[in-house]
Amino acid sequence: MTAAPPLPDAGPAPPSAAALFWRRFRRHRPALFGAAAILLLVAVALAAPLIAPQGFDAQDLSQMRRPPSAEHWFGTDRYGRDLFARVVSGSRIALFVAAVVVAIELALGVTLGLLAGWFGGWTDRAISALVDLVWAFPPLVLALGIVAALGPGLTNAVLAIAVTSWAPFARITRAKVLSLRGRDYVETGIAIGEGHGAILLRYLLPGVLGANLVMSTLTVPAAILKTSALSFLGLGAQPPSPDWGAILNEGREAMRDAWWIAAFPGLALILTEMAFNFLGDGLRDALDPREGG
Amino acid sequence: MLIRLLWRLLAAVPVVIGVTLIAFLILHLTPGDPVEAILGARATDEARAALAAELGLDRPLPVQYLAWLGRALTGDFGTSIMTRTGVLETIGARLPYTLWLTGSAFAIGLALGIPLGLYAATRQNRPGDHLAMGAAMALYSTADFWLALMLTIVFAIWLRWLPVSGARGWEHLVLPALALGLPQVGAVARLMRAETIAALREDYVLTARAKGLAPGAVLRGHVLRNALVPVVTWAFLALPWLIGGAVVIEQVFAWPGMGQLMYQAILRKDFPVIQALLLFIALLTVLSNILGDLAAAAIDPRIREGLA
Repeated sequence: MTAAPPLPDAGPAPPSAAALFWRRFRRHRPALFGAAAILLLVAVALAAPLIAPQGFDAQDLSQMRRPPSAEHWFGTDRYGRDLFARVVSGSRIALFVAAVVVAIELALGVTLGLLAGWFGGWTDRAISALVDLVWAFPPLVLALGIVAALGPGLTNAVLAIAVTSWAPFARITRAKVLSLRGRDYVETGIAIGEGHGAILLRYLLPGVLGANLVMSTLTVPAAILKTSALSFLGLGAQPPSPDWGAILNEGREAMRDAWWIAAFPGLALILTEMAFNFLGDGLRDALDPREGG
Repeated sequence: MLIRLLWRLLAAVPVVIGVTLIAFLILHLTPGDPVEAILGARATDEARAALAAELGLDRPLPVQYLAWLGRALTGDFGTSIMTRTGVLETIGARLPYTLWLTGSAFAIGLALGIPLGLYAATRQNRPGDHLAMGAAMALYSTADFWLALMLTIVFAIWLRWLPVSGARGWEHLVLPALALGLPQVGAVARLMRAETIAALREDYVLTARAKGLAPGAVLRGHVLRNALVPVVTWAFLALPWLIGGAVVIEQVFAWPGMGQLMYQAILRKDFPVIQALLLFIALLTVLSNILGDLAAAAIDPRIREGLA
């Protein structure tokens, strides 16, 4: 057996893309704060029954509309329900919404983007036209129409938000596929006779995941915000759901004599939005060295 | 340049038509229809059939859509099912309110966001920058409808400085404009900071400094102009989106603009109003994109030459 010809000495190996990414991400303090806050949110959502054992719907009619106190940190609502317990439980809905919306956005957007970028021609033209159309609606308006058609409810609201917000995923995936098409490893795949399915799933899909991960983080705040807006309008989660938007809707009715009902779920919403926005910023900067700073 | 603009208007036609087609399909292929909304569930079959015929809802869908499109092209948008008044008049009555509201929100966003972003950029990575960008992120992450409630509680209910809702004078505009505009401050500041930092790294800034121009003059004469181009383009791009986003805010403050009309029309399946509003917003989108390009060209002579 003959030894392989020695490789030319390349000096110290350059850091891998993942190592570079991690090094840049680690320096982005707001992103670390965001990641920590999201972990905390997940912990709160998981431990909700331990943190607030009475549950989000336990009424105490002797404690109606009480302001914040040592006993009820966030006060109580008109049924004497503890708002802290409701806001804590609401974190589960927010994370559920984020997960489901992102999953649907990814499934629709990445699939259509892969198909458009790989097959080109009429497939591309048809998909791109669809993307332009979905994009042309003002946010919330298309979702409002779909929820009005399907009927109010959290599931319908989540579906409506998801099917109206996948367009950026399709665009970014298509663009990425166009840049990957000519790469050697893809050309090799074609040369060894891989089918379309294998090229799409094994060669192209891994290459588009990074950009889509960043896009996911960046769209989570919009997903949570728009679903809350639908619940706030009475079209999303219905009572007695502790969805933050739904509590805000109750808070709006009680604005004159119970400010705390409107205040605290909104603060939870803002902190969640900030956490995901900071994390998204950090991921984007770490993947794209042009930015940063 | 004129030809380019006309070409872009033409290219937008299929998108605008597609938007109305999608809206048409969603409204007509889902349960619930305007006849039931008007007559209630207990009406006789004859009364339903008569009203459906009057509204043209008994014809096949493609015929209905083409008939609508044909009339719309001649400027006839029909009558609102909710109010039985002309759609164009209905929208016309709402338009000034929406323009006032979104215009004020943008004024707030730009007037506060540009200085905030500029301040952060000139103190890059120092405490002032972190503080300003933290504030920008907080504003950017704030739900406008929550801000609307908080502003109402503080300024209308506790302090009684401003009215809770309605639209009778300028004092009714303040709270909705702030609720819609303050989150925009965050968006503008973030964009302005990024663009200013990018402009500060350019060669012409180095040249200007090298020839001894004072830092303030460099900032005003060279950096600001270049950083403003994307901000202005963004503002025009975001304008139609803000009109859509005004749906919730207009609802909270009972502000009689197009957002509130859209919300009511969607809930009551007022097909002629929804179609006309969507057509209108889509046209506004195209128009504001073009205006954005023109504004950018007005600021930056290089773009002006590129457009010619």
